[in-house]
Amino acid sequence: MGAITAQGLPALLPAAGLMREPGANGRFGEFGGRFVPESLIPACAEVEEAFRDAWADAGFRRDLDRLLTVYAGRPTPVTPAWRLSAELGVDVLLKREDLAHTGSHKINNVLGQALLAVRMGRTRLIAETGAGQHGVATATAAALLGLSATVFMGSKDMARQALNVHRMRLLGAEVVEVTSGSRTLKDATSEAMRHWVTCVDEAYYCIGSVMGPHPYPWMVREFQRVIGAEARAQCAAELPRAVPDYVVACVGGGSNAAGTFAGFADTGAQLVGVEAAGGAAISNGAVAVMHGHRSYAIQDGDGQILEAESIAAGLDYPGIGPEHAHLHELGRARYVTVTDAEVVDAVKRLARSEGILPALESAHAVAWVLRAAGTAELPAGSTVLITLSGRGDKDSNSLMEIQ
Amino acid sequence: MTTPTVTGVPVETHLRARRDAGRKLLVPYVTAGVCDDWTAHLRACAEAGADAIEIGLPFSEPTVDGPTVQEASDRALHRGTSLRILLADLRTVRVDVPLIVMTYYHLVAREGLAAVCAALAEAGVRGLIVPDLPLDESAGLEQAAAGAGIDLILVAAPSSSPARLREIAQRSRGFVYAVTAMATTGERTALPATAGAYAATLKQHTDLPVLLGFGISTPDHAAAGARSADGVVVGSALMRRILDGATPADTAAFVTSLRTTLDT
Repeated sequence: MGAITAQGLPALLPAAGLMREPGANGRFGEFGGRFVPESLIPACAEVEEAFRDAWADAGFRRDLDRLLTVYAGRPTPVTPAWRLSAELGVDVLLKREDLAHTGSHKINNVLGQALLAVRMGRTRLIAETGAGQHGVATATAAALLGLSATVFMGSKDMARQALNVHRMRLLGAEVVEVTSGSRTLKDATSEAMRHWVTCVDEAYYCIGSVMGPHPYPWMVREFQRVIGAEARAQCAAELPRAVPDYVVACVGGGSNAAGTFAGFADTGAQLVGVEAAGGAAISNGAVAVMHGHRSYAIQDGDGQILEAESIAAGLDYPGIGPEHAHLHELGRARYVTVTDAEVVDAVKRLARSEGILPALESAHAVAWVLRAAGTAELPAGSTVLITLSGRGDKDSNSLMEIQ
Repeated sequence: MTTPTVTGVPVETHLRARRDAGRKLLVPYVTAGVCDDWTAHLRACAEAGADAIEIGLPFSEPTVDGPTVQEASDRALHRGTSLRILLADLRTVRVDVPLIVMTYYHLVAREGLAAVCAALAEAGVRGLIVPDLPLDESAGLEQAAAGAGIDLILVAAPSSSPARLREIAQRSRGFVYAVTAMATTGERTALPATAGAYAATLKQHTDLPVLLGFGISTPDHAAAGARSADGVVVGSALMRRILDGATPADTAAFVTSLRTTLDT
């Protein structure tokens, strides 16, 4: 990749280093790190070493690029949202991760990690999943590469994302129901970590977002960087000023946002991460050490982690990836919230104006644009790129219940 | 900052003295706030021959713990247990063995390392175990704990490299907590065969007591573990009984059974 010049960036920002390699001990500023039991330290160190080696290996990159192209369907297009743009008075572009194989951006990360697992000699993938998209992607990559897969999923999520549970099983994965705690993504993550300790020599833990102990937040962002890198080039072809004024993505753990932001961190684009109002780690949370890293999480007055509450299972997580906490503290990205009601409206609006049915998660980004367009937050005449992280087929049941 | 008032029995000197006198060490674990009379279970442990007592401060995301301690943590949290309540409850406890708090790093870090160590010391706690804080991240807490007169007990694992085992042995205070197996806490049918050799390796690196923990479920496990190590920590097996309604007298009977087996 060639050098990219910073455009209109405030002088204080360390543009060259932003969204590149983390500092010592996997730090993004004060966030990140490797807060895992001693038992898992060698496994994390081995993943880090293997990733560094693979990422520096042109052959590995070539294998991954080829899978992304011939298997996952990349590059995904950037689609101008013509009617919505006319209605809102801002130029909306959609980065179409919903068109990637398996229906979301999750496949980008999983293909990278699954290739790494094979390179490391592992025969089984472990994953946690919320909406089921990461679980489906993991089951898919496992089938493709001849690995087995064990996916941990909260029982609440298994009920509301039954279609994805079925898909995972069709693909040959074992889905393990997690009944502890809030029975959602945070508990599935805890259970996956507990399971990993028992099988580090045989299994590879394929984390689905930019979270967990070092090197995962960095590695997953690098595997998702393809979203932002493609969108950067596509915007340059599409927009008179080359770079959009705003780049917007939904944030649960934050992998599609991290991958998107990575492509624009060194530009003048304003980066906006949209959290679910019921799981807004940055907007409503405080610093927390959980699931292997230091970041933000919603918590009570005693520091106990609160259960998130969102219509979107993929955002039903009380924490957020550590690099987002860093971008927030630097002021390089802004984190906002939208409500479940706004999200449902956004699904319908995008479906009817553009013929695109977004996932409830992705609709968070759309909902913020609908609300902010024409205000000082997103002035008329702006250009805005929204990453549409996934498609909404999986949410049909949830939406039917609301109707 | 005021100098903390240090009370309670110091961990390392107490355990060393007992170990050097030829005694095998027994450290039961009780989740704080799991029931109304949880402090009575502490007294029962002390009177039944515990050499120190580990007290779990429950966290909502107990990633190192198996089903039993998860359930105990859930129950304690539903009863409103917090650091403040733990500290207040401990003011009513005076036992003649060291008290050690085990909790997750988030609950320590959010209070401020020095402040939390001072508060614990003032309540008579002289040891601290933070299982999700590995060597690479623990320097700050080691310093804060030492400053407050608290032994920060480090955890070793079967997967630790020889170099890490050596460093854990050197930097740990109080004793070295050697995890028996690549697993979470929780009762098991058998003690892993590998536990012994690795406890022996640790003992080559340090003169500190080395205690095996995780999965020590029966008096026989305790005796087997104590053959290669200086003693054992027993958590889930006791907590399963307390969750099932064991009284302090029942707890005393179980700890006595462990003590008797270790002493014969």
